[in-house]
Amino acid sequence: MQKSLLIDPGKCTGCLQCELACSYDNEGVFNPAKSRIKVFNFHDQGRFVPYTCTQCDEAWCLHACPVEAITVDRASGAKVVADDICVGCKVCTIACPFGTVNYNQSTGKVMKCDLCGGDPECAKACPTGAITYVDADWTGLERMRTWAAKTDAGQRATA
Amino acid sequence: MKYVIAGAGPAGVIAAETLRKADPEGSVLMIGDEPEPPYARMAIPYLLAGDIGEKGTYLRKSKNHYKDLRIDYLQDRVKKVSAKQREIVLDGGGRRAFDALLIATGATPIKPRVPGLDLPGVHHCWTLADARAIAKRAKKGADVVLMGAGFIGCIILESLLSRGVTLTVVEMAERMVPRMMNDKAAAMLKRWCAAKGVAVKTGTKVTKIEKSGRGLTVHLDRGKPVAASLVVVAAGVKSNVGFLDGSGVKVKQGVVVDDRLQSSAPGIFAAGDVAEGPDFSGGWSVHAIQPTAADHGRIAALNMAGHPARYKGSLAMNVLDTAGLISASFGRWDGVKGGDFAEAADKAAYRYIRLAFDGDRLIGALALGLTDHVGVIRGLIQTGVALGDWKQKLMSDPHRVMDAYLARAYA
Ligand SMILES: Cc1cc2nc3c(=O)[nH]c(=O)nc-3n(C[C@H](O)[C@H](O)[C@H](O)COP(=O)(O)OP(=O)(O)OC[C@H]3O[C@@H](n4cnc5c(N)ncnc54)[C@H](O)[C@@H]3O)c2cc1C
Ligand code: SF4
Ligand code: SF4
Repeated sequence: MQKSLLIDPGKCTGCLQCELACSYDNEGVFNPAKSRIKVFNFHDQGRFVPYTCTQCDEAWCLHACPVEAITVDRASGAKVVADDICVGCKVCTIACPFGTVNYNQSTGKVMKCDLCGGDPECAKACPTGAITYVDADWTGLERMRTWAAKTDAGQRATA
Repeated sequence: MKYVIAGAGPAGVIAAETLRKADPEGSVLMIGDEPEPPYARMAIPYLLAGDIGEKGTYLRKSKNHYKDLRIDYLQDRVKKVSAKQREIVLDGGGRRAFDALLIATGATPIKPRVPGLDLPGVHHCWTLADARAIAKRAKKGADVVLMGAGFIGCIILESLLSRGVTLTVVEMAERMVPRMMNDKAAAMLKRWCAAKGVAVKTGTKVTKIEKSGRGLTVHLDRGKPVAASLVVVAAGVKSNVGFLDGSGVKVKQGVVVDDRLQSSAPGIFAAGDVAEGPDFSGGWSVHAIQPTAADHGRIAALNMAGHPARYKGSLAMNVLDTAGLISASFGRWDGVKGGDFAEAADKAAYRYIRLAFDGDRLIGALALGLTDHVGVIRGLIQTGVALGDWKQKLMSDPHRVMDAYLARAYA
């Protein structure tokens, strides 16, 4: 059974441990700006919303990439960017309707969540259980799926 | 089922792979007329910049990719299509029958009617062969004239600059990238280019190119002629539909297709730069961009294999890196009648954003210097989510698009 990140914004206190863990594990620095998971702060409502790639089935990022720099990791199901192949064209950043691939100016490549090879650091670092890594069936990704289905092909076909 | 695909660019290759998944038993024949393995034109700028070699432009990296998927790849040109006989004729002489055919033959650069465009040293930047020719002449310090500052022109601009040439850009329209930017954004881009040492002449036409000594002289309708050892022509593209004359397939700008990517001839589909398909923003358009080629290829193939999938229409969208200044445009950034705009500009920092609304829905956007979460703009436009009170928030601060998406569609 493949697993997914389950995010419960109601439990998030905005401590940013996930961003620090992500940037440290992936980029070697404690720098939220380099994190692939972002916590959005709705000041007016005192609400925090952690947000990252859902590894969606449509994988627009992967299909739009002109040079096959994004591939599916068989074990985790993550869509993973290969830095040595990515040319930094940024087409994936506009193709993903969730806005979860970002350009990294300092490397000239893009970055996105790769589920850390199946053991995501953000989930381990989150002290409140707002981010957990669970069996894909439990995550209730329906809302995201609806958003995805609305994006280009009306019905999702079975292929 | 016998599937035939004419054209082996991104649209053709993605269609072939999708067909294989959707119909494991069918035979898939993909025909391409270029000598190299299927490659991405989009990667050419990075080849010219020296970031990658030619192999880095190939669409698929594994050597036996097509063989492993039982996709027959034939290097030849499709000369003729007959909808009635359900067969194609090849340049090499053979014929191939099909049950379903995909036309994915892409586009060709337009050669404006300007004397001298056939001279040695004048090139398009469209194929790997073009790239090799350009690389030979675009040496450090060489004088280069780029004719056309449209979307493709501006992408090439970046890679020419990185080769250390002295660059003059000549654009007929009054502003750079006229189809993807308004005056304000284009003026910032022009100022940025000037600061990087590029001479940008907008509102100027090339009238004639002449041989002079070992180089070329480029004559303009305003100002002094410019000397060049290389002229790169990027003056727009047109769909490759010539071989369809008499085929029974309806053609306008491109092959006209419905929301299943099927042409006027049942069983014949089209995808990518050659297809004139449903435009998300209304009507039918040729959107000669990579994401459209990818979406078309996938959805056409599903329908060819009998898995009905309706296409909601392609969204005109581009992202451009012009010597470090990143810009993006989506959909109807120019707005619609009676719609509102939200705008914020910081000229000194080269930052700009403009959102276009129809009622409380986002229909287009234009941004300079924005890279984080830009994709969400596509999502907001294509899902047509009602922004409600968030529209007012965006009117006062258009930079909050990501917040608007999270609030209205996610959490
Ligand atoms: C320099 C450059 C930079 C670009 N940058 C971007 C970018 O940043 N973002 C973006 O979205 N898009 C970009 N594009 C556009 C993008 O590359 C195209 O939209 C994309 O290649 C379209 O794919 P396609 O499969 O429809 O056509 P193509 O890639 O053109 O492939 C069609 C293939 O079919 C072949 N063919 C044609 N006629 C026949 C025939 N009769 N028989 C057999 N084969 C035939 C052609 O030779 C070609 O190999 C760029 C293009 C260029 C040239
Ligand atoms: S980056 Fe976007 S398109 Fe790619 S897998 Fe994640 S959500 Fe899907
Ligand atoms: S930026 Fe990199 S990963 Fe994204 S589409 Fe371009 S080459 Fe592929």
